[in-house]
Amino acid sequence: MFSSFMTNAWLSGTIIALLAGSVGFFVVLRGSAFAAHAIPNGAFAGAAGANLIGVNPLVGLVVFALGAAFGISALSRRTRSDVATALALVMMLALGAAFLATSNAYEPAVNALLFGEILGVSSSELLPVALLAVVCVLGLSTLYRPLLLSSISPELAVAKGVNVRVIDVAFLVVVALSSALAVPVVGALLTFSLMVGPPAAARIVTSRPLRALALSVVFSVITLWAAVASSYWTNLPIGFFVGTMSAGVYLVARGWSLAQSRRPRGALA
Amino acid sequence: MVRFLFEPGLFSNDTVRTALLLGALVSIVSGVVGVFTVLRGQSFAGHALTDVATAGGAGASLAALSPLVGFIGGGVIGAGAMDAIGVQRVKDRDVATGVVLGAATGLSALFLYLITLQTTTTGSTQSILFGSVFTVAPSTVPDVLVLSAVVLAGVTLIRRPLLMSSISPELAAARGVRLRVVGLIFMVMLAAAVGLSAIVIGSILSTALLIGPPASALRVASRLSHALVLACALGVAATWLGVVFAYDSYYWLGSGRGLPVSFFVVADVAAEFVVVSLVAWRRRQRTTALPESLTVPEQVGWV
Amino acid sequence: MVGLDLLEVDGVDVALSGRMILRDVNFRIDHGEFTGLIGSNGAGKTTLLRVLLGLQDVVRGRVLVHGAPMTRSNSSVGYVPQKVLFETDVPVRVRDFVALGIDGHRFGLARRSHHTDDLVDEMLESVEATSFANRRIGSLSGGEQQRVLIAHALVSKPELLLLDEPLANLDPGSAQEIIELLHSVVTDQHVAILLSAHEMNPLLPVMDRVVYVANGRVASGTTDEVVQPEVLSALYGHHVDVLRVHGRVLVVAGGDGHGDSLVADHPPVVVD
Repeated sequence: MFSSFMTNAWLSGTIIALLAGSVGFFVVLRGSAFAAHAIPNGAFAGAAGANLIGVNPLVGLVVFALGAAFGISALSRRTRSDVATALALVMMLALGAAFLATSNAYEPAVNALLFGEILGVSSSELLPVALLAVVCVLGLSTLYRPLLLSSISPELAVAKGVNVRVIDVAFLVVVALSSALAVPVVGALLTFSLMVGPPAAARIVTSRPLRALALSVVFSVITLWAAVASSYWTNLPIGFFVGTMSAGVYLVARGWSLAQSRRPRGALA
Repeated sequence: MVRFLFEPGLFSNDTVRTALLLGALVSIVSGVVGVFTVLRGQSFAGHALTDVATAGGAGASLAALSPLVGFIGGGVIGAGAMDAIGVQRVKDRDVATGVVLGAATGLSALFLYLITLQTTTTGSTQSILFGSVFTVAPSTVPDVLVLSAVVLAGVTLIRRPLLMSSISPELAAARGVRLRVVGLIFMVMLAAAVGLSAIVIGSILSTALLIGPPASALRVASRLSHALVLACALGVAATWLGVVFAYDSYYWLGSGRGLPVSFFVVADVAAEFVVVSLVAWRRRQRTTALPESLTVPEQVGWV
Repeated sequence: MVGLDLLEVDGVDVALSGRMILRDVNFRIDHGEFTGLIGSNGAGKTTLLRVLLGLQDVVRGRVLVHGAPMTRSNSSVGYVPQKVLFETDVPVRVRDFVALGIDGHRFGLARRSHHTDDLVDEMLESVEATSFANRRIGSLSGGEQQRVLIAHALVSKPELLLLDEPLANLDPGSAQEIIELLHSVVTDQHVAILLSAHEMNPLLPVMDRVVYVANGRVASGTTDEVVQPEVLSALYGHHVDVLRVHGRVLVVAGGDGHGDSLVADHPPVVVD
């Protein structure tokens, strides 16, 4: 499992989980799980399109992920955000289906993009992936305070002079870039699981924002490691483990909090 | 021009006729259920249930059960799970939907992998995931008819408490509406509706028809009945045009390969949305009063 | 300070969606003054507050803070909205939330020094929120949340605090506590306060000035100056009576047979 050909899997997977956990903290805070699900699906369409015209798939992933992000932002001005996300999502998927139909897409390759492939990132791609990940992390750190405030209360943020619209778009861009990176390894359909389950579990466990963010990352990384290991041992698709384990982490945290509330306490909180 | 639109053999083709009939049925059910889905801010749940239903279908296929049972059953189980995890506040629902969707998609990954191990036919993944109204067997028509009727009847029965609780949960609760019960019943209807449409027209179109035409209708309709009728009409129009164009595209593009139905229907749905938005915008220009419509601000917390 | 008032509203007209909401609004607020913005629901109080925050454009006139035009991110003015809906499991404690009042608008990660921590503690104590400082913001009662929102706004040391109907959702006991708290903020921290309400009676003991909004117009001055039949009748455009019973005030339309209570939220007067 730790042989040299698996090194890339561990490295890229860890980078992706680090990103997904940090981005996910805000995704859950803002109730943007739908957007986090839609954007990677957009990225998938981009990969299919890139394949069609013979361009590097990473380019397709990034371009379409950003397109989905901007599409959702733009549509959200005209209609409620969940409708905007749904419309953007189906348009991307329809395009993806059209691209697939007109190209001779190799089915296992399509499956890998949808459900993940631990060996999805090659050695040559590792450096661009790491660089983009650093960009995203820097972006998130810069946005941290105004993003936190405007996620809790847009009204208060506006009153303090924060340009909430810009922050919203900037955040979606970070989600888009993170998704583009994650899709080759975790799969378009499961990327968002890492951004929802583990962070949702983290915020149950702690009430402090920075700790919740750190814990989101920790849970996300552990989930991904467990998924990679399980996928390696059973030869089953990694997406299966990512989806079910992310859900599992959340359910365990929920169970723990239920148990806590039932136990009689010595002193009042 | 007409000959260009209706390529030879369009209407005499059995597959096309079945597609048009089933497409219309599903559009109507999606339109009706979709109006409430949009009003309740449950578009994510509606989409998620499509994928959950697909997982159910893959599982059923693996277990050699009827796919219909899998799609509908999977959807209903998913709806129950979402309800159990959390429905109180909008954002709790978001997490619940996301977690269930993730787990279901993970299961899809497993089932589809196991299926590819079992069978030698390629393309099974994509046909289950993306589906096509052209590949549904005519023998399923009676089942689809019955199920559509059941869902429509169900929604009609809870129509009034459903509307009240969708627009103002507080008022509904004050009037004695059991919000939790109505919410759960609606979720089950929603699961059945999307399960049905997912198996007939595929998961992409299922979401498109559930959200697109209803959202368009709600932008211009000021009464619920108008919204429902318009949503159905727009849905049927988009589906029929999509089927016609998809059939035609085999001829237009040559080389025996056309563009998928889903592409055309979604394009139609998007076009409808644009046109309707323009109409609504023109109306707003002519009056100074705020437009009356059934959309509700997002800040309201739903149950 | 000679010459420049803290806040000056000069000949302001405000319109929304083509409709004139407020006409010819004139008033001033001085340092350390407690002003009530009184009017029934829909009178335009929230619109006026948004104008004062720089979030709403005016059709005519100007809003000056220290003699300079109001901009959106003016740090002299703090804001307390009526109610914010926090999800129960948002991982932000009361003290984290108050700290965001200091630097929530600055980019970058939080850099909390001892100085900031002390400031937060001091603020929490002044609003008597120390006992629940470590609880999640989504777990607070209405009254507790008001205190926290006030602390969040005060921690950046504004000179003027705007509050949008802080008493509306509170029971009379909590409302009274908040009023006393705000009064001490004015006297101890020398912060001017402008708070909107549809009931002025609870505020009578602490209000220095009243800005009374009705019928799209505004009358301002001390309570005795403004709450007079002549002034209010001119404002409403028809005859209005002002009754004073046991230190409470009731504004009632009368004399011309209509008989509706204009400021309908006042409970019926019981003469005892």
